Amino acid sequence: MNVVGNLIVYCIIALSIIVFSVMSVTSGKILRAATYLLFTLFATAALYFQLGYEFLGAVQLAVYAGGIMVLFVFSILLTSKPGNNAERLTSKKKSLGILAAVAGVLVCGFALVNHFAANAETLFNTMINVDMERIGHALMSTDKFGYLLPFEAISVLLLACIIGGITIARKR
Amino acid sequence: MELTVLYYLIPSLIMFACGIYGFITRKNLIAILISLELMLNSVDINFVVFNRFLFPGQMEGMFFTLFAIALAAAETALAIAIIINIFRAVKNVDIENLNKMKY
Repeated sequence: MNVVGNLIVYCIIALSIIVFSVMSVTSGKILRAATYLLFTLFATAALYFQLGYEFLGAVQLAVYAGGIMVLFVFSILLTSKPGNNAERLTSKKKSLGILAAVAGVLVCGFALVNHFAANAETLFNTMINVDMERIGHALMSTDKFGYLLPFEAISVLLLACIIGGITIARKR
Repeated sequence: MELTVLYYLIPSLIMFACGIYGFITRKNLIAILISLELMLNSVDINFVVFNRFLFPGQMEGMFFTLFAIALAAAETALAIAIIINIFRAVKNVDIENLNKMKY
């Protein structure tokens, strides 16, 4: 892959991540905020694809953009009337939020720039393909770098989540 | 100009700061949940980027992100069940009206 094309793709992804995440927390209507969150998740999946993790990008698209966003839109339409502009989404603590966010960006950005300005690894001399066969073997093995135990734990957690969701949300 | 690890961490940092801002300022419970998803997503990006740039022969960061996505799905489903239950009891989901735990 040539370097200039990759740079252009990176610029598009980074710009859309920044713009859509800012719009997602500043937008006045909740359904629009959910839509901007969807675009942010799409840009994140594109970032995974660009870094060479195709399986992870596909999981991000299927689980986040497919599953969680549908849940969000359903619950928004269940709990608020669409077209109702009267209720404000943000409260009076706006200055506190801006202060916390800007302070976090300054501190973490200073630390990041200080640390990574000296030793900066570039991407394309370290590109190793992560193919599907290695992922499957690692997920199902019990060896040193195997992930069978977290896989089973996640399955038990999803079962508990299903039962808990039914128990909480059912009619009494 | 080469793409280094810093170029991928800065958008993730801004995304996390947006999540903090939304988490503090929003009033609606579902909007708070959206901000939480932004923060989780930026942490996932960090795991993947560190795995790709610092340990490119291994897959630990990728698997951590995979399990974090599954955890986020479970957490969102339960949180939305709780929010709908609150909506049944209180008739709206603004946090300023939720000052009693029991109805």
